[in-house]
Order: sequence, then C-alpha cells, then structure tokens
Amino acid sequence: MSFLEIQHVSKSFGVGTSRVDVLHDINLELERGEFVAIVGFSGAGKTTLLSIIAGLLAADRGSVILDGQKITGPGRDRGVVFQNYSLLPWYSVYDNVALATDQVFKDWPAQKKREHTEQCIEMVNLTDARDKKPAQLSGGMRQRVAVARALATDPEVLLMDEPLGALDALTRATIQNELQRICGQSRTTVVLITNDVDEGILLADRIVPLSAGPSAVLGPSFAVEIERPRNKRALNHDPHFKEIRAGVIDYLMTSAARKRQAVTTELIEPQGARLEIIA
Amino acid sequence: MENVERSPSKLRIDFLLLPAIGIGVVVAAWALSSVSWATSLPSPAKTWEVSRPYIVEPFEKRGELDQGILRFTWYSLIRVAKGYTLALLVGTPMGFILGASRWFRGTFDPIIQILRPVSPLAWLPLGLVLFHKPEPAGIFTIAMCSMWPTVLNTALGVQSIPQDYLNVAKVLQLSKTKTLTKVLLPAALPYMFTGFRLSLGIAWLVIVAAEMLTGAPGVGGFLWQEYNSLIYEHIILCIITIGLVGFLLDRLMSLAERRFKTA
Repeated sequence: MSFLEIQHVSKSFGVGTSRVDVLHDINLELERGEFVAIVGFSGAGKTTLLSIIAGLLAADRGSVILDGQKITGPGRDRGVVFQNYSLLPWYSVYDNVALATDQVFKDWPAQKKREHTEQCIEMVNLTDARDKKPAQLSGGMRQRVAVARALATDPEVLLMDEPLGALDALTRATIQNELQRICGQSRTTVVLITNDVDEGILLADRIVPLSAGPSAVLGPSFAVEIERPRNKRALNHDPHFKEIRAGVIDYLMTSAARKRQAVTTELIEPQGARLEIIA
Repeated sequence: MENVERSPSKLRIDFLLLPAIGIGVVVAAWALSSVSWATSLPSPAKTWEVSRPYIVEPFEKRGELDQGILRFTWYSLIRVAKGYTLALLVGTPMGFILGASRWFRGTFDPIIQILRPVSPLAWLPLGLVLFHKPEPAGIFTIAMCSMWPTVLNTALGVQSIPQDYLNVAKVLQLSKTKTLTKVLLPAALPYMFTGFRLSLGIAWLVIVAAEMLTGAPGVGGFLWQEYNSLIYEHIILCIITIGLVGFLLDRLMSLAERRFKTA
C-alpha cells in the first residue's frame, strides 16, 4: 500500500445541462518522500484535484487515502501552497508563518515556537524581510513566504498549486532552484501542480500529465531519472530530459486534439453543413 | 504622494485660498439676503455680535438653558457617544451574522431595509413610549438611526472576504475563535470602519432632532429654544457649530479609518 493513494476520484460542478465533469476517474499513487508533478492545461482541473487532496473539496466519487487514512477534510498532515500565495496582508512575514507554527505546535514553549518559525523563514532566505508586510514584498518573496508557511507545519505531504505561475521568467528560474533545495532538505512528499512541463521535470521524481478537460484523466507516469541537483541549462541537452518532455507534451497535445475533435463533431449542423472551427 | 511634489504656494492656494473663497461667497450671499428679501434673517455682523458671549466664554454656565456654546456641544457629544456606542455594540455583531449566514440574511435583510429609512422624528416618540423619559428616548433614537451603516457595511465586509483567506484558515484548521480574530475581523475591518464613520455622521445628524423634541440641553435643544425666544442669531450660531463639529468628527474617523486600511 502506497503512502498517498488517489483512488477513482471524479468531480463535477453544476447541475442539469450546465453540469461539467471536471475530473474523471483519477488514480495516482505516491511513495513516501516522492516528488510528483502533475502537468496540464489551464482549466483542466488541476486545482480541483489539489483541493480534493487538501480536503478543501469533496470528491463526488472515489477517495484519497493518506498513510492508510481516508481524507475527509483539511489536516495538519498536508501543507498547501496556494496559487496566489494567500498570505494574510495584515500580518508580517513572521506572523504569517507563526500563525501556522502556533496552530500546529500548540504545546511547544514560546521559545521553541519562535525558533521554529525563524528557521522556516531562514530556509526560504527571508530573514531580512521577516518584519515586512506582504504588500512590501515582490511576487517571488511572497511565494517564498507561502512555502515557509506550508513547511512550518512540518507536513507529511506538501501540496503546491502552480506555485510559480504568477512569477516572471527570471524569478521563476531562481525560485525553481530554491524549491529544489528546500524540498531536498525537508524530504517531504510533494505534489506539484504546474502548467510548465520543464518545471515539472526539473523538480519532480515523476511527472504525470493531466489530459485536457472536461472529464480530465491522468496519463501515464514518466519517471525522471536525472541526478540531483539538476541544472536547468544542462538539462536542455540531456537526451532523457528531451525524451520525457516529448512524451508528456505529445500526450497533452493528443488529448487536447481529441477534445477539440469532440467539440467539432458536436457542432455539425442538422443540414450537414459542418462548421469548420478547427483548421 | 502627488501633493508632495507640488510647490508650497500651490498647496496654499488649494487648501487655504479656495476654501476661503467658498466661505466668502456663502457669507456674502447670506449678508445680501439679510438686507434684501429675508429681512428677519440676522446679518453676519449682527450674528457675531449677539453670539459673542457664547463664543468667547464657551464653557460659561449662566443658567440651565443659557450656557456657552462648547458646553452645549459637550452635552450633545456625550449624548451622541452613548447612542453611537449602543449602535456599534448592537450593529457590529448583527452585521457579522448578517454577512456570515445566508439564512440570517434572507430572514432579516428585508426588515432592515424597511427600518433603515425611518426618520429620527419617527423613532423618538416610540422611544418616549418605551422609556418614559426623554434622555433614554434620545439615545434610543440615535442608536436606531445610526446603526444601519455599521450593520450593512460590516455584513458587506464579511461577505467580501476572499475565499483564499478562508482556505488558509481551513488548511491550518484554525479554531472558530482564531478564524474570527485572525482572519475574519482583520479582513472585514476596512469595511467596518467605513460603516463606523457613516454611522457617526448620522448619529451627529440625529442629535438636533432628538434634543429639539425632548428639550434636553445641548446644541440642538439650544437651537430650538432660541427659535422659540426669537433670538435667530443663535440659530445660525448653532448651525455653524453643528456643521463644524460634524466635520471634525468625520475627519477624525477617516484618520482612524486610514490607519486601519493600511494594516
């Protein structure tokens, strides 16, 4: 039995004719300490899947089992890094992270809690900014605070929802390296949601494509067998990297083409005059 | 930020000269009216002359209904403070529940919308019926009229809390109390302060009506009594005092509001 098991998870939103099947029979197994990246198009249902694992959403069918326990709601065993940081703007960097520490380690003495919080802030290199408010930080720094807050609870699983999606390309590359280092240090199990195939391969042990929605399904797993630490520039010339990237992109594009096909077929008019939407 | 770059002389024009011109125009119109079509309206000079003892000795107490203008203002402020505090104590939690519970909103929003536009002149007699004495009736009226902006803005503030913040509270499994004090309250606070400020404005607006009808000592009561004594200069003195105090209260509240907005 695996550490984290996603079994036959399906989820739809809406009712009647406006009902949209977002996820269809999702299955995934993670070993303890494994880093898995799920890549897919925007709107495919990646965030929905992560919210189900986080316990913020309930699946219509299927279940998520963590360490033998079925997930029924949010829990301290799972830390979440949200897509838009979700820092509380009225608290400083320190207080945002301390909120998590104080909540999870209630019975620790104050001194120990403070040390733990400071250690988490140091891990993401923000010690100098510890008293700043989120509004005073750049996007990359805010993202690092969000990571520090998630790690402060010492989660068994770290769930990251497009953590770098809102960053510019240069900052993104820097934070990718930091994430690599942080995740290497903390050795937690990680589920990373991303729309960047290269990012997924750079960071993860295994990359799994999520097909285009609606009714998204998970594709085959691609194990990334590249030595760490990985260097983004060197990676570009690695034949194994190229092979994985081609495989993942091919799966994604094929799934998208199939979905478009389905849409065009639906648009055939009664007289038989076919609307050519896709060239 | 923009103001910093402006030259000091430009600043002086914007913040001193222009308002002075505005006041000048109104006083001129007042003076003209008093000598032309409205002969019973006291002129600005006459008003100043008759009001002088009340202004230069603002805290003098010569009799129950003959006191310095700031002394009257003080009485009114105390009354407003009581009614306003009551309004906030009732209005803030009510707004919170209204914003948080769809069921509560559906049940009570219509009746709130109906009670909201009711005039202080209508609440006061009901207050007298309920409490038999003018003082609590006045406070009741102030509270009844001024709590609605607090209720509605607090409700709006709670409803506008981003789902992201609530998700953080859920993921960290914050207790109900912690979610309230660490997430909901700070997130709704800017809206609440807007409500508090509007409520204070209304509370001060209502004071005249409340004091007029109950004859209680205060700016409003003084105004009405001087009307009955045919000393019209003092009506104008009261109007100016009420306006200035209202303006100052609003400035003070918006200072506080701005402080909390940045937080």
